[in-house]
Amino acid sequence: MLLEIRSLTVAFGPVERPVRAVWDVDLSIDAGEIVGIAGESGSGKTTLCAAIVRNLPRAARVSGEMRFDGRSINAMSASELRQLRGREISMILQNPMTSLDPLFTVGNQLSEVLATRCAVPSGRLRERAVELLRSVHMTAPEHRLRQYPHELSGGMRQRVLIAMAGSTAPKLLLADEPTTALDATIQEEILVLFRELRDRRGTAIAIVTHDLGVIRRICDRIVIMYAGRIVEEGPVATVFSAPRHPYTQALLASVPVLDGDRVQMKSIGGQVPNLADLGDFCAFADRCPNAVDQCRAATPKESASGDRQRVFCWRADELS
Amino acid sequence: MHAHERPSVGRTGDTLVALCGLRKEFAARRTSAFGRRRKVVAVDGVEFEIRAGSTFGLVGESGSGKSTIARMILKLERPDAGELSFDGRPLWQQTKAQERDYRRHVQAVLQDPYGALSPRLKVREIVGEPLSAQGRPRAEIDAAVTRLLETVGLANDAGQRYPHQFSGGQRQRIAIARALSVEPRLLVLDEPVSALDVSIRAQILMLLREMQERLGLTYLFVGHDLAIVRYVSAVVGVMYFGRMVELGPADDVLRNPRHPYTRRLVSIASMRQALGAERLTGELPNPLSPPSGCHFRMRCAYATQRCIDEVPMLRESGDEDRVNVPKGRVDVPRGRVGVPTRRVACHYFAEIEAGAKAATGPKAEGA
Repeated sequence: MLLEIRSLTVAFGPVERPVRAVWDVDLSIDAGEIVGIAGESGSGKTTLCAAIVRNLPRAARVSGEMRFDGRSINAMSASELRQLRGREISMILQNPMTSLDPLFTVGNQLSEVLATRCAVPSGRLRERAVELLRSVHMTAPEHRLRQYPHELSGGMRQRVLIAMAGSTAPKLLLADEPTTALDATIQEEILVLFRELRDRRGTAIAIVTHDLGVIRRICDRIVIMYAGRIVEEGPVATVFSAPRHPYTQALLASVPVLDGDRVQMKSIGGQVPNLADLGDFCAFADRCPNAVDQCRAATPKESASGDRQRVFCWRADELS
Repeated sequence: MHAHERPSVGRTGDTLVALCGLRKEFAARRTSAFGRRRKVVAVDGVEFEIRAGSTFGLVGESGSGKSTIARMILKLERPDAGELSFDGRPLWQQTKAQERDYRRHVQAVLQDPYGALSPRLKVREIVGEPLSAQGRPRAEIDAAVTRLLETVGLANDAGQRYPHQFSGGQRQRIAIARALSVEPRLLVLDEPVSALDVSIRAQILMLLREMQERLGLTYLFVGHDLAIVRYVSAVVGVMYFGRMVELGPADDVLRNPRHPYTRRLVSIASMRQALGAERLTGELPNPLSPPSGCHFRMRCAYATQRCIDEVPMLRESGDEDRVNVPKGRVDVPRGRVGVPTRRVACHYFAEIEAGAKAATGPKAEGA
């Protein structure tokens, strides 16, 4: 087990009426595994990532236990964290705009990463930087080194970041919406790059995204979050063909599929709940077609089946 | 009948917007003080028609020129060559009064529902603003706003609140209500659901379809998600680096694509092939020095010398797709009236489709 998270809760706001962005989450990631964490905005997937590298805002109240490669992340000192971040866990963030320094050229920033994290001698920095940019399919890489982030498109900026993150052969790569800004054909290439990174260096990858297509395309396992909690988890093939949680079912039905005579799409009624209003009950109950009194009275217990699949729904066993 | 529910002027199926040989260039920055002044051709001889009451879907990757076309139709950019007409009248020969009318007839809903709404105005003011700009009386505006909010499925008290109090999907509803306020005939929808959550997208797309059926609206839908474009569009045009490479009925083009680029896009979107099974080799073309001949040839597995020498024209791809719908039929779903014939800009699409063309591997410059 590379990463193990036990009952992680991240709360913000007043103690009497906390907003739990992540609530009682158990999650484990094996070495060399590609896991997709799916959820809509506000589901807690980004907060979960920030918690793993202990990069939460000060106001956050964290409880629970996180272990990475046998060591407790909770107990790490500042210098251990520095070693962890960037070298053992790389991160690709959602907004490529804010992840690059606008005052330095792409070449400067790539060289810095290569020099500090990979100990590349200064004479070879340029050559390695060009190589990195070529590996993420940047056109005219020599020219890009002289450019500033604002001169690149959003997609190209994201590719620079992916190049940086992959430069150190990390044990775990946390990618938060890594392909959202990219075009379909480029997205495909990036996913291939992710898989190559895993196959060649054994890097485990957690892809956080709302794009179920990306998860289906590359991930081994999918974790679905709703309002801060995991609602379903399992192998990609199983969950996509036979989702057990009503939210997963509704989510899959709302994605239009290109094949077939007609494109079908169903929308999920209602709105994502306000996290501050949630209590000890199923957060999806208000939008769920199968909800009964029990769903509004208590938080669903885990119902596990073989093949590392689990679902949090009171009626999962009865309805599937 | 409410004023905004009257059938639009012009019959369903008539050509509402026509583009002919449209071209737009942008000047690129010089790399040095003595450098040549270079230009990027964003749109290169594009032609298509948008029929009244139907949806034209424009598909392409970033930089393909689809948003530039949308901006030209919105009269935000002036084409460098070619004709662009609305209702048979050229867009760039309008009088002041005609232009004012045009700006009312054509409205836009853009990608970012956060940037599109002023944070300082209440929703009521935002939705009513185009009407006040038209100089309508206060009472009429108030009544219209109430009706519009209801039309797009927002609660009654929504008008008294500010945009930040709404979610992304609700903001997009507000933007749609504002666009509908002046009873437009054409809505330019530039990636209207790309910034929204998956479950919200379906709601907005259904709303757009319902609005079209009820109000007889015409849409130009710019998007990159093929399934969504197919869901809303009657006709689809696929753009690649400023040129249209394939055009035709959405169901046909996106189920049975003919251009190698469209085939590639559809293969990815429908996940027909495993990840990485067929890699696109070759580099993306540099917009400052686009390849000769076919723009896609550097990434195309079937490219030959002819693709280097000769620009493939968008030509009719065969009679079997010709759709004959009797004129004047209005009950055709999604305005599938007068759907154009299939056109493809590839020298070899027929051979490729028949399996008679062997992959030659992408051709590099000067190969």
